[in-house]
Parts: sequence; C-alpha cells; structure tokens
Amino acid sequence: MEAVLESRRKERLDRGIKVRTDGIYAVSSWREIAYLVLPRLLLIGGLLMMPLLLSQAPYWQRVISIVCIYSLLAISFDFLAHFVGLVSLGGALYIGVGAYIAALLNTHFGLPSWITVPLATILGGGLCTLLLWPCLPLRGVYFAIVSLMFPLLVARIIEALDIFGGTDGVLGVDGFSSKWVEMYVLIAVVLLILFGLRRLVNEDLGLVFRGVKDNDQAVKASGIDVITIKALGVFIASAMGCLGGAMLSHLYMWAGLSQFALDFSIIPIAATVVGGGGTLAGPVIGCLILVPISELLRDFGTLRIAVYALILCGFIVFKSEGLMVYGSRKYQQFERWVQI
Amino acid sequence: MEILIYGIVNSVSLALMALGFTLVYGVSRLPNFAHGSLYVTTGFITWLLLQRLGVPYLVAMLISLVLIGVVGAAMYHFILVRIRGMSISEIIASYAIGLAILEGLRWGGLKGTTHTLPVFANGSVDILGVVVDYHRLLVILLGAILVGLLWVFVNRTRLGLALKGMAQDERAALTLGIDSDRMAVMSMALGGVMAGLAALVLLPLGNIVVEAGYHVLIMAVAVCIVGGLGSWTGAILAAFLIGFAQIFTVAWLGPHFQVVVALLAIILTLISRPSGLFGRQKELEERV
Amino acid sequence: MSPETILKLSGVTKRFGGVQALTEVDVEIHRGDILGVIGPNGSGKTTLVNCITGFVTPDAGQVSFQGRDITGWQPHKIADLGLTRTFQVMRPYYSLPAYKNLIVPLFSRRARRTGGWRGGGRMGDRNTVAVDILEEIGFERDSYVPYKAASSLPTGYLKRLELARCLALRPDLIICDEVFSGLSMSEMASMLPLMEKLRQEGVTLIMVEHRLRELFSLANRVMVLNFGAKVCEGGSEEVMANEEVKRAYFGSEEVFEYV
Repeated sequence: MEAVLESRRKERLDRGIKVRTDGIYAVSSWREIAYLVLPRLLLIGGLLMMPLLLSQAPYWQRVISIVCIYSLLAISFDFLAHFVGLVSLGGALYIGVGAYIAALLNTHFGLPSWITVPLATILGGGLCTLLLWPCLPLRGVYFAIVSLMFPLLVARIIEALDIFGGTDGVLGVDGFSSKWVEMYVLIAVVLLILFGLRRLVNEDLGLVFRGVKDNDQAVKASGIDVITIKALGVFIASAMGCLGGAMLSHLYMWAGLSQFALDFSIIPIAATVVGGGGTLAGPVIGCLILVPISELLRDFGTLRIAVYALILCGFIVFKSEGLMVYGSRKYQQFERWVQI
Repeated sequence: MEILIYGIVNSVSLALMALGFTLVYGVSRLPNFAHGSLYVTTGFITWLLLQRLGVPYLVAMLISLVLIGVVGAAMYHFILVRIRGMSISEIIASYAIGLAILEGLRWGGLKGTTHTLPVFANGSVDILGVVVDYHRLLVILLGAILVGLLWVFVNRTRLGLALKGMAQDERAALTLGIDSDRMAVMSMALGGVMAGLAALVLLPLGNIVVEAGYHVLIMAVAVCIVGGLGSWTGAILAAFLIGFAQIFTVAWLGPHFQVVVALLAIILTLISRPSGLFGRQKELEERV
Repeated sequence: MSPETILKLSGVTKRFGGVQALTEVDVEIHRGDILGVIGPNGSGKTTLVNCITGFVTPDAGQVSFQGRDITGWQPHKIADLGLTRTFQVMRPYYSLPAYKNLIVPLFSRRARRTGGWRGGGRMGDRNTVAVDILEEIGFERDSYVPYKAASSLPTGYLKRLELARCLALRPDLIICDEVFSGLSMSEMASMLPLMEKLRQEGVTLIMVEHRLRELFSLANRVMVLNFGAKVCEGGSEEVMANEEVKRAYFGSEEVFEYV
C-alpha cells in the first residue's frame, strides 16, 4: 500500500459550553443547564412518551417492550465488555435462565408475576454466575468462546433430558394485568438500570471493575481478588439479563428453548456496536434502531438475522466508535481541518 | 467393533471439519467463526452447479472449491484485515459474516431435505459383522490423504514453509521478507478450501442444511480448543478423543447428547487445562 | 537486639519448559533491610519476584513471610498479608486522574483494615486518602499534578504512582521491580531519599535493579543472580570485591571504575 501524505488534519476542540458545564459549580445559566439536561431528558421523555404515541398501534406497543428487554441485555453486554473486561457472547443464557425460572415459579408454585420477576432476577443471576464461575480466569477470546457455547449447551441439555417441558417449553404462564403495566415497568427498569450503572461505574467499586479490565495484575498486587470482582460483575450483568428473560416469559406467557436462541446473543451485541460501546446509553439507542428494523423484516423470515449481522459487521469494521460516541463528539466539540 | 469403526469415521469427520479452522488460527491468529458458513456454502454451490446447471460432479466440486477459496480470501482482504489484532472484533465480525451467509442462504431457500449431494460410491461392505457403506470408508481414506497432503504442503513447499514461519513468529517472518498480510489472505483461502473439502467429503452422507454450518463451527471450535488452538497434531488427537467420546455417548445415552459432549469438552478443557491437552506453556499464559 | 526475619526463601526452583529459570535460591531478609537484587538480563530476577508474590508458583522450595508459609498462595492473599510489589512494565489506568488510580488498592480489604498509608486503622474518604499518599510520595498537593490524567504524567511520576499503589496497602515489604530504570538523573536523585525515608518508617524493601550506583548507595545487602542461581550475597563492598561476580556478571573489572 502506498503511503498517502495528508497535508491537513482534523482538529477537535471542546466547545466552551462543554468546558463550563464540566464542573457542576460553573453552571450559571439556563442555556448551560439545558445543555446538560436536554440529551438526558430527550431519552427519558422519549421512552416514556413512546407507548402513548403508539397507542393506536398495539403491535408496535409490544415492540416497545421487546426493545426494552433487548436494551437490558445490551446494557449488560456493554457493562461486562467495557467495564469489567469480559466479553460474553452468550446473552441468550441469561434470557433463557430468567425465562425458565420465572415460568416454573409461576406455573408450579402459582406465584404472581410481581414476585416471580424479582425472584428470577436474583436466582437467575446467581445461577448464571455459578455456571460461569469456572470460566472467569479465562482471558478475552477464550471467555468469549465459552460464553457463546453455554446457551447452546443448556438448551441441548434441556432437550436431551426432556425436562421443563422439553422441546415444548413451559406453557400457561400468566400474562401481565395490562399492557400499560408491562410497558411502563420495563421502561422504568431500563431507565433506572441505565442511570444506576452509569453512576456505579464512576463510584469506587466501578473503578475497581475498570481496574480489572485494564490491568488485572495490578489489581491482584493491590490485594483484591480479581475472580470475586469479576463474579460480582457477571452477577450484575446476568441478573439484568434474567430480569429481561423473566419479563419476556410473562410477556409471551411461555418459556421455551427458543429463548436460548441466537437472536438474544446477537442483537444486543449489534446494538452495542451500533450505539457505541462503553457508553451504556449507546446500547439502548442501538436497540431503539435495530429492534424495529428486525420487526419490519419479520415477514422475510431469517433475512432479518442476515441484515443485522451485516449491519453489525459494517459498524464494527467501518464505524467502530458507534453512534453515541459520534453524536456526543459532535455535541461537545468543534471540528475543523487544519493545514499542516 | 461397531463402535470402533463408526468411532474412526466420526473422528476423521471431526478432524476434517476442524483442520481449516486450526490452519487459519495457527497461521494468522484469526478465529474464523465464519468457518461453518464456508462449509455449507461449498455444498450449496456444488449442489447448484450439479443439480441445476448439470455440470459434471468432479468439475462442480473443483469450481466450488476455487470459489470458496476466493470467498475466504476476499473476506479477509476486504473486511477482516481492517480489524486485525482486535481479537474480540475478529470473532464478532467473522461470526456476523458467517451468520449473514448462513441465514441469507436459509432465506434464499436452503431448507428442508431437498438439497443433497450424491455419494461417491454406492453400496456397502460387511466388515467383521458391521455393515459399513463405501462412502464412509472413503471418508477415512480421503481424510488420511488430505492430512498427509497438508503435511507435505506445509513442510515441503515454499508457500507452506512461509505459512509455518508466520505461525511460529509473525515478526520474525516479516523481517525475513514474508508478507504477513498476503500470507493471512493465503491462509484464509486455504482455510476456505479445507472447509470446502470437508463439506464435499462429508455432505453426501446427509442433507445440505443451514444447521450443519453451526454444527461444524461448534465441532471445529471444540476440537481446536481441546487440542490446543493452532496445534495440528493436537487437533487430530482431539478429534479422535471427541469422536470416540461421542460415539460412546450415542451408544449408551442416546443421540441427543452428541453435541453436549463437544460443548462439555470445550468447557472442561478450558477450565482444567486452558492451553488445551497438547498446547504449550506459552499459550497458557496468553489465556489465563 | 537480633533482627527479625521478615521473608525467607529456601530452595526456590522454577522451570519454564526446558529453561531453568531459578535454581534453589535461598535468601533471608530482615525487617528494615533494603536488599538489592542484581543480575544480567534473563538471570531470573523477575521470575524471583513473581515467585515471591504469587504470580508464579515455584516448582520446589518454600517462601515464608513473617513466619507464614505462603508458597503457592494467590497474589491477592499475599498482598493482603502486606507483601506487595511494583511492576517493571507500568500500566496505570491512563484515562483516570492520578489520584483515582489509588482507589483500587484503597478498596482492598487490607487497606480498609489499616486505613492505608498513615491511616489510623480506619479508612477515611478514599479520594482524600489517595491525595495524601500522593503528596507524601512527591506529587505536589496544591499543584494540578495529582488530578491530571495518568496518561499525561512523565515517567518519573508514573514510577511514583506505582510505588504509591503499594503504599496504599500500608505494606510491610515492597518489592520494587526496576523502579529506577527509565528515569533521568534528577528524577532518580529525588527518588533516593524517598526510598530511604520508607526504610526509616519500617518498610522493608527488595530492589531489583540495573542501576548499580544508586542501588549500592541504598542497599545494605545485595544478592547477585546469574542463570537463575544465587552467585553471592553480602554487603555492597563484599559483592563488588567478589571475583565470581565480576566474572559472571560484568565480564571484566573495568565496569567497577564506572560504579
């Protein structure tokens, strides 16, 4: 390849308003407050308004719930990958475990959904953490490969042993009392988790997580057990996924093997890559874009998987920073070309 | 006796599935998760040429092998080269490509049991009371020949030695004037051809279905991890280990557990001996 | 008063494949010592550090710290006892401000128990404690240096940051893996009193070094490794006078003219 010498380069400067609002004490005008609050308000308000806006289209209201469930998974993927350093390609494991636990608790013990969902979150998170515990010392690629295999393995075992309804799944799970409850519970949960995690990663514990990701040797030499910290990270992430799975089983009134399927592993990853990894809000934006596309393509069968696999591939190769990082750069910085 | 013969057939099949994957990883440290889709694509192209266009079987096989080699090379040259070295991105991107190909094929009509390739030789033979069809025996023979050819290629030809050099130390190979990007393209092409060969040998035993792609990927990964990633002898030994383990479980527990064995093998190996059963110390440090 | 033994190695051996990295290394360190470890490249210095701190498990031999056998313990448990180390290759959390780098060690159980360097057995606000430690180790408190991103700090400060990470645990023994390498003369000149001060405060130091002049001025005992085996051990003059050391390590006598 021939070297092309650029005679110019792109210079990026923080906008004045960004610099002023970085320190909270400097906020002194409505303009600056708006600068800080508006993007957040846009996301919160937008999500909260969505069910109302779509009240004429019940099919798309269901899509909102699905978007939220995928968002939970995508946030958990982003958290694990970019703040704990574990790339878990098997998000379907969390969804499946959560869905089955909630469904079994509901059908066998008759527990109502407001008990099964929290229980499935905690128990499922614990179960997934236990399953993944032996793999925690593994690095990067190897952890990714094992985590990719886990949902397949669990699904095969359920199929082979013919337990929990075998290939038919668990039928007759209670639905939610109304679709409004279902949607707003999910939206509230997504927003709470999103802003909660964004705060957590900047707390002391969050810094330890990031330490494990950047340099686990130094963390070990600092007297902290890396495995325990990773396990805690996996617990947080898998509990979020299980929460999504539990909601899903009540949503569809069914839990089955397809909840261990590829969709739940791939869409969250694609959403994270498209939305921008390491931002936590990016994955939600990615889901808001990808899941509706996937629904629009539902008539074309498996083409939708091919389409979002291609979108994922395109973003990871050509625009790996993702929309959120791109957007916030535009929002916060000037860019101009400078002659060298 | 039945277990022995079918165990050998199964093991050789696994080795065939895994060789392409381990070749690419060994040379360019690229986990090619599109391996299974290359496998299925070869079968599909051959089927198209043979059944739809009426091309003779042998010619159809040759054309599809060349095509799949080009596909593999193009995949590296246009896409994967841009994310070289970021192993997680490599996995995700190659997996996404594979997924797109497989699900695209499924959408394009590759489903059901209508897509089959003819076996190389009809009939069967009775070996010590076990009925084995000729094609399965051919699998063993062809598998052995392919492994032998690959060994000769790597150890006796210029290109093969260059690939081997790169596998051992990429930087040192660079200083010796080996173009590592070109070699990686070559390895991907070769990996594609290996996947294609495996497909041509194995697919006549069943239907060409999309699921085969996922199955081959899982098996290839299982064999390579158990054998120690990038180690060829390890891969072949691991293929026999997993191959026989599968046949035993099928005989005692039922066919459902076949894949469970492979998945368990991956997980247990990574937990107990992260460098694989035949891997070296150095790789262990990379992994844990 | 007979000096108390803080760390004792007996017969520590480690092989990597066909390479004998360490062969039966015996050494004993007393509380308040500064032990220098020198040796040519590849002589097993870093492997020795790894064996002591649990990053590598020795094949044979025993490591005991404060009378407790810690052979084969995991690194974090060893650090929890108060034996910690710096790394030759520093990888601080570059995107974070310098003082935030200390949050990780201050989060550990040992730091919570001891309160960190100078902590009275109680952990205060971690950010304040972190800045206090940095000030003690030479980051000017009222300047912006402790608050700058670690990526923008010069090597001298990064080495101090690495040392500060150890101090946050309030350790009894610190193993410094080449803290002087890559430093300018003036940076080093300001590091020397710091090490001396640590020693006076009762911290035992093991210093693995290439810079002989500085090491000999600091250490009260020096151990020489070659091909994974201990060549000799003793006071600075004793080691410098040792014929075997000269042959094995320096090749000729001239080097000492420089030292």
